[in-house]
Amino acid sequence: MTESATRRRPASAKLTVVFLLVFAALFALQGCEQPDTAAEPTTLHRGVGSDPDSLDAHKAQSVQAFAVLRDLSEGLMAYDRHGGLVPGVAESHSVSEDGLRYTFKLREDARWSNGDPVTADDFVYGLRRLVDPATAALRVKAIAAVVNANEIVAGDSAPETLGVTALDPLTLEIVLEHPTPYFLELLTHPTTHPVHAASVAAHGAAFARPGNLVTNGAYRLLNLTPGSLVELERNPYYWNDANTAIDRVHYHALPQPMSEYNRFRAGELHVTSNVPPDIFEDVQASFPAELRIALTFTTYYYGYNVTRPPFKDSPELRRALSMAIDRDVLVEKITRRGERPAYSWVPPGITGYEPAELSFKGLDREERNEQARRLYAAAGYSAENPAEIELRYNTSDTHRRIALAVQSMWRDVFGFEAKLINEEFAVLIANMQAREITEVFRSSWGGEYIDAHSFLSVFESDNPSNLAGWSSAEYDGLMRRAAAEQNSEARNRHLEEAERLLLTEQPLIPLYYYVSKHLVSEDIEGWADNVLDFHYSHHLSFADAADGD
Amino acid sequence: MLRFALRRLLAAIPTLLLVILLAFTLVRIAPGGPFDAERGLPPEVEANIARAYHLDEPLPQQFLRYLGGVIKGDFGPSFRYSDYTVSQVIGGALPVSLSLGALAMLLALLLGLGAGALAAVRPNTLLDRALMTVAMLGISVPVFVVAPLLVLLFAVTLGWLPAGWTSGDNISRYILPVLALALPQVAYIARILRGSLIEVLASDYVRTARAQGLTTFRILVVHALRPALVPVLSHLGPAVVGVLTGSVVVEQVFGIAGLGQHFVNGALNRDYTLVLGLVILYAALIILANLIVDILYGVLDPRVRTA
Repeated sequence: MTESATRRRPASAKLTVVFLLVFAALFALQGCEQPDTAAEPTTLHRGVGSDPDSLDAHKAQSVQAFAVLRDLSEGLMAYDRHGGLVPGVAESHSVSEDGLRYTFKLREDARWSNGDPVTADDFVYGLRRLVDPATAALRVKAIAAVVNANEIVAGDSAPETLGVTALDPLTLEIVLEHPTPYFLELLTHPTTHPVHAASVAAHGAAFARPGNLVTNGAYRLLNLTPGSLVELERNPYYWNDANTAIDRVHYHALPQPMSEYNRFRAGELHVTSNVPPDIFEDVQASFPAELRIALTFTTYYYGYNVTRPPFKDSPELRRALSMAIDRDVLVEKITRRGERPAYSWVPPGITGYEPAELSFKGLDREERNEQARRLYAAAGYSAENPAEIELRYNTSDTHRRIALAVQSMWRDVFGFEAKLINEEFAVLIANMQAREITEVFRSSWGGEYIDAHSFLSVFESDNPSNLAGWSSAEYDGLMRRAAAEQNSEARNRHLEEAERLLLTEQPLIPLYYYVSKHLVSEDIEGWADNVLDFHYSHHLSFADAADGD
Repeated sequence: MLRFALRRLLAAIPTLLLVILLAFTLVRIAPGGPFDAERGLPPEVEANIARAYHLDEPLPQQFLRYLGGVIKGDFGPSFRYSDYTVSQVIGGALPVSLSLGALAMLLALLLGLGAGALAAVRPNTLLDRALMTVAMLGISVPVFVVAPLLVLLFAVTLGWLPAGWTSGDNISRYILPVLALALPQVAYIARILRGSLIEVLASDYVRTARAQGLTTFRILVVHALRPALVPVLSHLGPAVVGVLTGSVVVEQVFGIAGLGQHFVNGALNRDYTLVLGLVILYAALIILANLIVDILYGVLDPRVRTA
């Protein structure tokens, strides 16, 4: 017995030694090299959320891709750090009296990232490629007002008939079918940026890959790892390169805000694209100077499917349900990151435009509930005959909590129990577009140019983003009148009237206006909050230019 | 042995075809498409896209077109990463997932076998209980908790290691993801080996060996370990494929461009071709891993050796 015990001991002792050696070896590995937290100097590390899909602007779908593309290429117009419109490749422009003919004078010193000059032909090529059916571009809306654009997309005209002409290498003319007051803003969008024809000809579908992509912005593409990292370097040929402070930009794809936050805390990111919602108070306390919260041009809303019961032909029920939702509770108790309750469809902040507001905004809670119950009864519902309503939202913790809150508000005011259904995003989109089973659905809308039209056009009868299926001849007429109006004041009055009609009919429930949420390291200068939430890397610099990280 | 392997590989072809058919049907049944977004598309644009990606053809024709491409080694263009083909996206992610997975599996084997053997040699002692408690924790605490905790401890608080997949070829970036991937496997392997080893150590031939005066270490390494490894091996087949093909959680926490997140995001984005390409890869790897495991059974235990 004793013998076997003494024999056994060395066995386990040996095993223990082996075990410990492995551990020791593993921890020795860690000492081999220092972590790469301090990369090469003047590399800006930005979190970009989920990863950019395509760097061919005509194929890209994600806001992340367009964010990267704004660093890579430049259109006729651009934004300054505050979101103000400034000349881009066009150093000057003129618009004809009737607002239809735009003439752009291009900079002589504009260059592609391979040194080629940027000419008016590059814009002609890019815009024709955008509408060419063979390209199968996704986002053609930016130039829908240009002569023949829609006919070309539909395959009824040749791309050469597009109303875009190079008068000479440095003069570009664009002719519109109807005046579009925000047209210059649309020309900041990457889908309208010039395309380097020679590299498309040489590389075909692969032209936007690292090594092939030739761009004309402040940065050029160095490397790209799908799903993880986009590396940019300064474009030495950029006409304003002297004012680019940062040599390299790394966009890190980190879809989880918590991962971004940890990397920010570890000093590996200078800028995050988001802030974790669950620990927002902690972030606020730990990084008061770094946290940037700003109102954006985006509305969170619930839509009604007005093409089928119970919401078809029942504005009373639509208004009643909207009125019973306490938006203050949603932003103060659930989203809690500085969002503002929404009583209009168009977010505030457009110069010269006064958004119409839901009629009950001025009433207190009791008065609203009182009115809501009257409308509910007028729509034919009662305690004996309660409404049966399904509320669909895409799977996410915040959406779920908002839906639960709304469900309980409706229960308190009307006594009915809405059925909550969460669906995967792609499924919800398909259902919203089919309008066959949806009743109330969650969605959001962000304007891409600072004009009420970017929101109000959604509810035009033929707009593919009109998920409610709402159609009003009066509304369409007001939108047409606004489009035809040259005087911007009179135009805004038409648009305001359209929004008033929209908010009376209420095919939707505006709930709140989004905010942008970033952590920006104190080492970074030049960051400015803006409603479009665009932050070009060439506007940023390191506080102490000598050491990047 | 060679004939056995060849026969198994040939039998895999219909299996693969069936997998492709099933996967193709499933991704296409799922509502929604790769280009659906809140920003709706005008019908003309939708028609152009459908034509460009052959989505306007009848499904059987699309399936045959796809299958024809696969046979020639062409898995088509990715719907989401439209600058790349599926082969390129997978080709870019595979080496990352393979190296992470191989390291994690190596670590898991070293630690898991070590801990399992230690616990089995000293069953029901304090050491055994401690090891098995840790192993139980490793199994029951999910990786989406473990990985951020590792980051919090080693990257944020101590600052020893990078919190994410930094660029450049440094070893340190591997440590936390490999640990996160390996820990649950360590636990599984340790528990399985302990169980089977205790059984083997109680068997007659081990008692005989002991009676002949062999040391426990020698009994363990030369006589007991081999048969005790059989159940571990059964677990390892699918486990190795699982670890090699990446974990979406670990990849998202560290920002790694691995196969796991391509699979999950591909499904969510309805990137039909990318999902199908990955299904084919997974299926092929599983078939291969099971074949290797079956061959190794014979090596470990002559009684199950196949003709």
